[in-house]
Amino acid sequence: MKFGVVVFPGSNCDHDAFCAAENLGQEAVLLWHQSQDLERCDVIILPGGFSYGDYLRTGAIARFAPILAAVKKFAARGGLVLGICNGFQILLEAGLLPGAMLRNRNLKFICRPVHIRVENVNTPFTNACRTGQVLQLPIAHAEGNYYADPETLARLEQDGQVLFRYCAPDGEITEEANPNGSLHNIAGITNRQGNVLGMMPHPERASNPLLGSNDGRFLFQSLIQAISDRGVWKSEMADIHQL
Amino acid sequence: MPAITAELVEQHNLAPEEYQKILEILGREPTFTELGIFSVMWSEHCSYKSSRPHLKRLPTRSPAVVQGPGENAGVVDIGHGWVCVFKIESHNHPSFVEPFQGAATGVGGILRDIFTMGARPIAVMDSLRFGPVTESAPGSGPSAKPMDFSLNRRILRGVVSGIAHYGNCFGVPTVGGETVFEPCYQNNPLVNVFALGLARQDQIFYARASGPGNPVIYVGAKTGRDGIHGASLLASSEFSEADGQQKRPNVQVGDPFLEKLLLEACLEAMQTGAIVGIQDMGAAGLTCSTCEMGGRTGSGIEMELDRVPQRETGMTPYEIMLSESQERMLLVAQRGREQEVFDVFRKWGLDAVEIGTVIEQPVLRVKRHGEIVAEIPNQPLTDEAPVYQRPLAEPPRSIPLEPPVPLGPRTGKELKDDLLKLLGAPTIASKRWIYEQYDTMVRTNTVIRPGGDAALLQIKETGQGLAMSLDGNGRYCLLDPHRGARLAVAEGARNVSVTGARPLAATNCLNFGNPEKPETMWQFHEVVEGMAEACNALSIPITGGNVSFYNETDGKSIYPTPVIGVVGLLEQVENHATVAFQNEGRAILVLGTTQSSPDDFPITFGSSQYAQTILGALWGLPPSIDLEYEGRVQACCRQLIAEGLVESAHDISDGGLAVALAECCFGKGIGAIVEIPSEEDARQSLFAEDPSRILITVAEDRLAEISRIAGEYSIRAEKIGTTGNKILIVYQRGRVLLEVPIRQLQLPYETVLEMAVEKIVS
Repeated sequence: MKFGVVVFPGSNCDHDAFCAAENLGQEAVLLWHQSQDLERCDVIILPGGFSYGDYLRTGAIARFAPILAAVKKFAARGGLVLGICNGFQILLEAGLLPGAMLRNRNLKFICRPVHIRVENVNTPFTNACRTGQVLQLPIAHAEGNYYADPETLARLEQDGQVLFRYCAPDGEITEEANPNGSLHNIAGITNRQGNVLGMMPHPERASNPLLGSNDGRFLFQSLIQAISDRGVWKSEMADIHQL
Repeated sequence: MPAITAELVEQHNLAPEEYQKILEILGREPTFTELGIFSVMWSEHCSYKSSRPHLKRLPTRSPAVVQGPGENAGVVDIGHGWVCVFKIESHNHPSFVEPFQGAATGVGGILRDIFTMGARPIAVMDSLRFGPVTESAPGSGPSAKPMDFSLNRRILRGVVSGIAHYGNCFGVPTVGGETVFEPCYQNNPLVNVFALGLARQDQIFYARASGPGNPVIYVGAKTGRDGIHGASLLASSEFSEADGQQKRPNVQVGDPFLEKLLLEACLEAMQTGAIVGIQDMGAAGLTCSTCEMGGRTGSGIEMELDRVPQRETGMTPYEIMLSESQERMLLVAQRGREQEVFDVFRKWGLDAVEIGTVIEQPVLRVKRHGEIVAEIPNQPLTDEAPVYQRPLAEPPRSIPLEPPVPLGPRTGKELKDDLLKLLGAPTIASKRWIYEQYDTMVRTNTVIRPGGDAALLQIKETGQGLAMSLDGNGRYCLLDPHRGARLAVAEGARNVSVTGARPLAATNCLNFGNPEKPETMWQFHEVVEGMAEACNALSIPITGGNVSFYNETDGKSIYPTPVIGVVGLLEQVENHATVAFQNEGRAILVLGTTQSSPDDFPITFGSSQYAQTILGALWGLPPSIDLEYEGRVQACCRQLIAEGLVESAHDISDGGLAVALAECCFGKGIGAIVEIPSEEDARQSLFAEDPSRILITVAEDRLAEISRIAGEYSIRAEKIGTTGNKILIVYQRGRVLLEVPIRQLQLPYETVLEMAVEKIVS
């Protein structure tokens, strides 16, 4: 299968996502922000970084990039889109996911390993995980304090769209385990269809035990599984790329 | 244009005899623009006029060194077709005047030095020094003055957020460094930034303008009025506290996003093969890059300032030439292939404009509206800049040699309190509050993150590891600059060696007071001498660095503070050791022993963290060091790690054995039971800072093998205890001397900095 990693000016985790995919033996390509060609990729990754300098608001300018139009069409047809960190912020600004990001509660950039709990394993991003499994992944952001109005939040919870929550190492959801003030300890959410995921922690940084954690691989392996499982998916993808 | 008067010359920080030399070189009176050009190029910061004769004594070569001092950064071969490119730079005065932007642009400047050589930056480290941020820090030393804790906290907060702002956005991990608090840095904080990059060995780029007729291309940000005279007025003169306000407009403003684009565009443009030479515009901006690029090849550059992209209208030639606007580069392309370069920069949305050409005549010729506004021969501007053999004078010793307080025996309870207090001293305590604001992991290479003795990065391309550390000790160097410098180099190398990596080369940042004062120059001379000895003994060439003089505010100098950045290579990155005890029931060994005689202790103890933090005093001398022995200890440690015998390794330094033990316990919450020698003063055993000692843990059944290997190096590897439980217990003469749960030790260590800095009122 083929991963496409979008390169915006200011993306700086693009190479890391690319390497993580390649290390799993998958094909990976970098997709330029001004292009509209997704090059028949199976999964599109919007990587971390500071797209367009994150001036104005994080992700606010990236939503106007030509490639985002293609990503939106791709997502609307069921294509798998993973937004990591700045990629999550872009998905929120682009309206592909509900809610918004506020600055971290302590008003600082925070970089450290955190624990997250997998809340729903019936998604293409988590099918290789156990329900309630605790993953250790790093965060590195200044604006990861997820906010949504009460109705939206209730809907997210009800529909199983909250995929990851910050938790203690034993899986308990506590205030102390919440690094940035996110509502409901939210670390990652999907759209209602379950094919678009935005998450603040970095799975690509946890794909090598030498660097402290290999838990990010659960996510990539889930994606590989999802793509190869669905025979139909391949033909659907062909359709999607026709657009 | 103003007339050239004696007053104007003085305002430009040029001595009357320097002005005479300008008249001789030009054979006429300089124009205002030319005066500005000379003043920045001959500033201490750019010309090294006071330090150059001394720096020649440092070793700069080894078989691995590809490029030593004199380029934008040093280059060292790591094999497999790759080189690492690294350097350290100071941004001290700008960081005092405007902490956030001062520190941010310090990071930006050193990153450009790295990628201008064709290397992608993969790591940044910072060596930071501030005035005290907590009341508990005693006002020790000769510079005792009222402490302004809130000022020091404000500077610390600004500097840390500036570094975070720039490095995080640029996408380079900040992987380590050091942070020290001393009263002498209150009005003169030190911000030394180290950066390291990787390049293919056959794709190194140099700052050379060759090939007459080749186009000179300006790329990156537009030129504005910011940072004019940063190098000459900020970096090359003493300060007063009032300058903190007045000189703010001389500080540049950084845009890390633009720098990220510049990085990608430069590396991509280099791939076209159309680039002949490239240099960043850092200190002294367009002036420095144009005359140095010409100076290195014996050719010249002619340029038209009308073509320089400008941020504002009405800028004079003087302002354009001296602006230190950030994120700009100058490159020379092959004539006929410039379009390839333009295309790359256009793709990244950056300005790229041909502003001049390389000429055969070795001059810098600057035109405005077609008329020459400056024409200066390159050689006198660069290589033949004034050099001073400044007078040296050893200052009379103002600090006592003998302890001012009796060093009587201490009870176990007192020793326990001492340890807790030391762990809560901001210089020793965890710097988590600082490094969690930095992206320490981007680019997914960081194997050992901040908090260890050295940072360790994997090199994906080769499977090797690069270890790096920054070390300095101003207190040691104040007491004895020669010994202090030897100790700094040894500690830097030891920090690298305890990861398992072999020190390859180093870069140095020499922070001193006013070189026009003979006592400062004496300190400088002694430090360089000590550094040269240690580098020679440990086979560590210095491949470049930076000298920062005039670190004085209102006539008070900082401690002489050489900082050394040592880079080491590990052939297989997996084969490394870390600080934390890994398992219970392992033997704890001290590799190496104290080399000084017991009689030295009362004198050398005065330089320790213990003397400062617990006794509130400073006296004596730093410990002496046998460099040959030090080299053997480090080599032995590296071999033990390479053979897979070592589970953890930690350098014994600030705070002595007790602090080192505590730090080993923290990582995994594994405790230790140790026994200290019965004949020794417990205070000496626990807190003395003698060098050449490394704390390691090993499996009990490998002890024989370890003593055999240690024997081959003729060093001792003495077992002092065993890991286990969640408590640190120290025995002496068969009885428990002190006993502290790890959590209790950890509390001050983990919390003191955050509590101090986040405090709203002082």
